[in-house]
Amino acid sequence: MGTITAASNRFGGVAAGQAGASQAATSLKIDSVSLRYPTPDGGVFTALENVSLEVKDQQFAVLVGPSGCGKSSLLYLTAGLAEPSGGQIFVNGKAVDGPGADRGMVFQAYTLFPWLTVRQNIEFGLKRRKVGAAERKDIVGHYLNEVGLTRFADNYSKQLSGGMKQRVAIARALANDPQILLMDEPFGALDSQTRLQMQQLLLKVWEHSKKTVLFVTHDIDEAILLGDQIFAMGARPGRIKKVLDVPIERPRHLDMVMDPGFISMKKEIFHLLHEGEEH
Amino acid sequence: MFKRSSWLNRCITPKTSLPMPVVWSASALAWALMIGLWAGLSYGGVVPAMFLPTPGAVVDAALRLSRDGALSEHVWASLEVVMVGFIVSSVVAVPLGLLMGSFRVVQAFLEPVVTFIRYLPVTSFVPLFILWIGIGIEQRVSVIIFGVFFQQLVMIADVSRGISRDLVDASYTLGSNRRDALVHVIAPASVPGILDTLRVTMGWAWTYLVVAELVAASSGLGYLSLKAMRGFQVDVIFLAIAVIGLLGLITDQLFRLIRLKVAAWAQ
Repeated sequence: MGTITAASNRFGGVAAGQAGASQAATSLKIDSVSLRYPTPDGGVFTALENVSLEVKDQQFAVLVGPSGCGKSSLLYLTAGLAEPSGGQIFVNGKAVDGPGADRGMVFQAYTLFPWLTVRQNIEFGLKRRKVGAAERKDIVGHYLNEVGLTRFADNYSKQLSGGMKQRVAIARALANDPQILLMDEPFGALDSQTRLQMQQLLLKVWEHSKKTVLFVTHDIDEAILLGDQIFAMGARPGRIKKVLDVPIERPRHLDMVMDPGFISMKKEIFHLLHEGEEH
Repeated sequence: MFKRSSWLNRCITPKTSLPMPVVWSASALAWALMIGLWAGLSYGGVVPAMFLPTPGAVVDAALRLSRDGALSEHVWASLEVVMVGFIVSSVVAVPLGLLMGSFRVVQAFLEPVVTFIRYLPVTSFVPLFILWIGIGIEQRVSVIIFGVFFQQLVMIADVSRGISRDLVDASYTLGSNRRDALVHVIAPASVPGILDTLRVTMGWAWTYLVVAELVAASSGLGYLSLKAMRGFQVDVIFLAIAVIGLLGLITDQLFRLIRLKVAAWAQ
């Protein structure tokens, strides 16, 4: 199966028929970005070499690749939590020069603030941005409901399971209404059953919010199931090997992983990622 | 019967919890043994009363000194010095320690000097403080601050340095600026560690208090003890020690309760 460039007009489930969806504005533009840092033995490690990519507005883009390919680094650079050695990143035309609320992030590690309740965690960004109490209450209530944690609003993070913590992290990032949602292997630490539940939940939440997403994973199934567009990356140096559009209709369901189209795409990505390893 | 289910077996199994009555009994047993040994040695005449008073004699001394108000006067004098010294020290050490643990430059600036001073024996400065400040309450307060402050600073810096970078990063992606990260992430995340530090250093404050009062004071439990030694009133010396221990126990439990209340999320 080849790259299907016209796939963009199939996106969006309910909204799929909207005219102009394929002409959507570029939301994220990564322009010739490199990341190098010195190694302890005096050498230079190239984590990312001349990486460029574009993600259109309201698209779900996935970076997939082996460990060490720099996919998480690319996310941290986009978040502004690290500075590229070369190149530039633009979000809705604005050059990234540090972290900001316009780029929400869900981390692989649990990053709930343990001294705050679930509700207060989701409120955190709203308070920093001086959103009024009444509006905060509405927004928090909405996202608590979205991730199914209304009953746990006043619990602390130590009382939550791993999956619940990541649900709060997703709600916390979305409540801030970012222009882009960055997700760094958010389900990487979860057991496979919880992982499936979280993928389903994310599909639902994303259908509702239609945020531009940049999602990092090393799980090919996860990449195809969630993504509109997949950037397959290679390591040493970290680079993008191929861009693939996912021609699968939305809304997506977990059982789609068994469809022949899904499996052939999975094969293609598998071979891309394992190129040069065969003998 | 399942082997590990008997509480006797649980007592000798590593890392095993016990029913509360067993825990309380073990604690009570320690007190009973200590007081029993003391009573045996003193009432039994093994150690002459001149060196070891009987528990009864110490209680008598307590009643005697309470009646004329001398005991509470000394207790308040000591409490005042400990509290003033400890609070002044903590009020500066907590924010400065947070800065030291959060900013590499503050750490580089303070750490060498603080570590140097931290290892100087406090007692060796007592004569210097007397020369500089005299023998008033300021001198005793200074000894406590000197003994506690630098330790607090290093320990609190360690606490805030240990806060996960991920938490700070997460707050940045939620719109925090650098000040927000310090005030709304690093500071609250450090609260349990800070309370632990205060609890430990409170114990040291009591130690330095007695050092200061033994050398130069006209009131306080250390002074009471010193005066009693001159009059061979060993029962009063014991009383002073017991009261210091009791006050230490109370302040320690107070900190434990505050931690349970304020930082329940970290239990």
